[in-house]
Amino acid sequence: MKNKFYRNTAILGAIAFVAVFVPTLLIKLDVINAYTAQIITLGGINAIMALSVNIVCGITGQLSLGQAGFEAIGAYSVILLTQNLGIPLPVSMVLAALIAAFFGFLIGFPTLKLEGDYLAIVTLAFGEIIRVVLVNQKGITGGPNGKQFPTILSTDFVWGPALSYLVIVGVLVAIIILLQNFIRSTYGRAILAVREDEIAANSNGVSVFRYKMVGFVVASFVGGIGGALYAPFIGFIKPDLASFNNSINDLIFVVLGGMGSVTGSVLAAFVLTYLQEFLRFLQNYRLLFYPVILILVMLFRPQGLLGMKELSFIRSIELVQHIKRVRAMQREKAGAKQANETEGAAEK
Amino acid sequence: MNGISIFVQQLINGLSLGSIYALIALGYTMVYGIVKLINFAHGDVMMVGAYAGYFVLCAVGTTPFGMTLAFLAAMVMCGLLSLVIERLAYRPLRNAPRLNSLITAIAVELILQNVMRVLPFVGPDPRQFPTMPTKMLSIGIVSFSNIQLIVIVLSAVLMVVLNYIVNYTKTGKAMRAVSYDLGAASLMGISVNRIIAITFVIGSVLAGAGGVLYATAYPQIDPVMGYIPGLKAFVAAVLGGIGSIPGAMMGGVILGIAETMTKAYVSSQYADAISYMILIVILLVKPTGILGKKTHVKV
Amino acid sequence: MSDEKKLILQASDVSIVFGGLRAVSDFNMNLHQGELVGLIGPNGAGKTTVFNMLSGVYTPTSGEITFWDRHGKVHVVNKKSPAALNKIGIARTFQNIRLFGNLTVADNVRIAMHAQRKVSPFDVLFRTPRFFRDELMMTLRVESLLSLFNMKKKGDALAKNLPYGEQRKLEIARALAAKPTLLLLDEPAAGMNPQETKELMESIAAIRKQFKVTILLIEHDMKLVMGICERLFVLDYGRIIAQGTPQEVVSNPQVIKAYLGEDAAV
Repeated sequence: MKNKFYRNTAILGAIAFVAVFVPTLLIKLDVINAYTAQIITLGGINAIMALSVNIVCGITGQLSLGQAGFEAIGAYSVILLTQNLGIPLPVSMVLAALIAAFFGFLIGFPTLKLEGDYLAIVTLAFGEIIRVVLVNQKGITGGPNGKQFPTILSTDFVWGPALSYLVIVGVLVAIIILLQNFIRSTYGRAILAVREDEIAANSNGVSVFRYKMVGFVVASFVGGIGGALYAPFIGFIKPDLASFNNSINDLIFVVLGGMGSVTGSVLAAFVLTYLQEFLRFLQNYRLLFYPVILILVMLFRPQGLLGMKELSFIRSIELVQHIKRVRAMQREKAGAKQANETEGAAEK
Repeated sequence: MNGISIFVQQLINGLSLGSIYALIALGYTMVYGIVKLINFAHGDVMMVGAYAGYFVLCAVGTTPFGMTLAFLAAMVMCGLLSLVIERLAYRPLRNAPRLNSLITAIAVELILQNVMRVLPFVGPDPRQFPTMPTKMLSIGIVSFSNIQLIVIVLSAVLMVVLNYIVNYTKTGKAMRAVSYDLGAASLMGISVNRIIAITFVIGSVLAGAGGVLYATAYPQIDPVMGYIPGLKAFVAAVLGGIGSIPGAMMGGVILGIAETMTKAYVSSQYADAISYMILIVILLVKPTGILGKKTHVKV
Repeated sequence: MSDEKKLILQASDVSIVFGGLRAVSDFNMNLHQGELVGLIGPNGAGKTTVFNMLSGVYTPTSGEITFWDRHGKVHVVNKKSPAALNKIGIARTFQNIRLFGNLTVADNVRIAMHAQRKVSPFDVLFRTPRFFRDELMMTLRVESLLSLFNMKKKGDALAKNLPYGEQRKLEIARALAAKPTLLLLDEPAAGMNPQETKELMESIAAIRKQFKVTILLIEHDMKLVMGICERLFVLDYGRIIAQGTPQEVVSNPQVIKAYLGEDAAV
């Protein structure tokens, strides 16, 4: 039993390692060009935002329409902390995420105590409030025209793309690992219980309000990380980052990938980021593409691609091994049968 | 003009704006009361109404006849539109988890906005809404424009009509029954599908009128114009007590006045943000809203 | 049997009013450690409402409910949340089964053990040895609880896929996982056939013995009620109309009138 555990950990570790380091190398060696590199890296950021939405909507079961607000808070915070306060970039990234989590706590606290769909509206209003504040505080935020943030990730032609991918996808993988660890634990079960049946969860010792807060604040933290990575990578941000449209984009990743499925959200984020580039020729019609798909999914496959299941590398590998074993056994049987027949024939 | 008359002026401005919010908020509150759905697309139905009015007025001119026609066109257009939306997008999901319906409502909103953007005769650029010549009327220290008068009076008339329908007709009684208990109402022989459709239509008809009124007061229209008033109208509905019709009326007026006062005396740029903050404060203090009632969950 | 006189729950003049309706009035009940007591009455009498007040779902409008936990400490139940009451030792099942349908049978039971966890978020995020020890302990306890109900092999099934009778049993197993001293069972035998009911009676008796838990149950199945309850409270229109041993209660004319109408009491 323990051997299986070590084996599984080793497999997943190897896959994570490959996913992070191999493309980094390929980008550095220019096997993957800078344009493609940017798309995949952007996909990584979208995946992080998708996870942020997934934690609130899929895992905790609440609808939030303002996760982009936390992304914006993270993005602007990291710029202000680094440029105005001189804090080193890695530290300000973490601080920025904590600031986003703090805001999550602030708006979650009054709202999650209520029953009903209030969180959806409050988060929608929250995103709007953030956007308005960002637009109007021109001194700090640069107003509606946005703010520049040149960093090694966005300006360095030699190391920029590879380093960006490494950092962003590295953080993504770390988040995935920690998230899965959290979900597959008593804490994760408690949050899932809240999603399934609040009254039953409450009556069985799980404080519904507390765990809704945990889910929401963690989601805000992850959203903040997304923004804190976005700003240095792109090198430029606008208050539009907090807009409703942006929040909807993130929501779409989760709806398509499957509410509650970590691998689903990540996959959908990468696929749709690529598709978005691909569909540029549709221009204004592109904006119709997303909502139409949303409705079709809601009507015909509401659980999205993977529903609540996860794409399991372990199980895929085990499946392959199983098939190999079955084939080997069949070959043995066929071989034995042939041997018997030749023996029988020889005896005759 | 002294301080008092400015204050009264702003009060009237607020009342006028608030009446429009009230008209839109009514649609939100009625739909939420009956199927527990936050109809995100409602603000954009209002936008469609504004455009319908626009095309009529461009063709016919801003005569009283033209204006009447514009209102009728907007109301009919919005009513039909919401029938289609309810039938195609909301009804199939009535028994699905709430999350799914909410997401669908958002999708409908985006489709409405973006269809208008790509339609060749509409397009994404803002257009000037034809307005009638403004005439100022004065009573004592107060002066208001004929437009404001029309907005306030027309809104009031529509709300009185709505009140009559809901409280004094059989259909209204059925609507109330369905909002209390859908299952029991259907067992009593009420055609739930029909009543829900009627509720959507009434709400959208009001939103259509609201759209024309809004465009008359703020004469620039574009495909995304419905988003912000829609959001504010929802805040108004929550403020008054979501599910409560008098609440929506009250909430709309209060919000309109609060927003106008904020713009005049506090800050024009942050007025919107402050309106949204009101939402959060209400949820903290009295989540069921001013006129809302607390319902007990039976375990 | 005589040292079970220790009081663990006391309801004094408890009433609750919903809107204009007095759902329960002047409810008085004393429960002693280890007792098996039944709460019966016609439909709509307010039995589940009493449960909801005892378990924190509703707050009484007047009166006080007092609970003595496993350490003898006194608690006032009014206004406490169900989660808080679960932690101090009150667990319940529901009239309309409330399982976590999309979770496995084993996870349903594990969730009730959450309050007894010995791990911190750090342990969980970084998979320390303490995490594995805690998970193992939980798994072993889950298995032993499920075995009590002959459901050990069903650990990985989704709760929503279980047959009805086993869903009811799972709810009881889940309630027990919280190590309660007071177990409230709301119509545990509803929908069961006579054979299942008989097994349930045996299970309940065994549970009481093994876990030393006080049980208050709501039931309509008179065979079960008469078979295992030591005492009965009869509720009608929110008031207690009779209490005592099953034999006393069953021949009480008020009780007969409440169930069968005026004529039957004669």
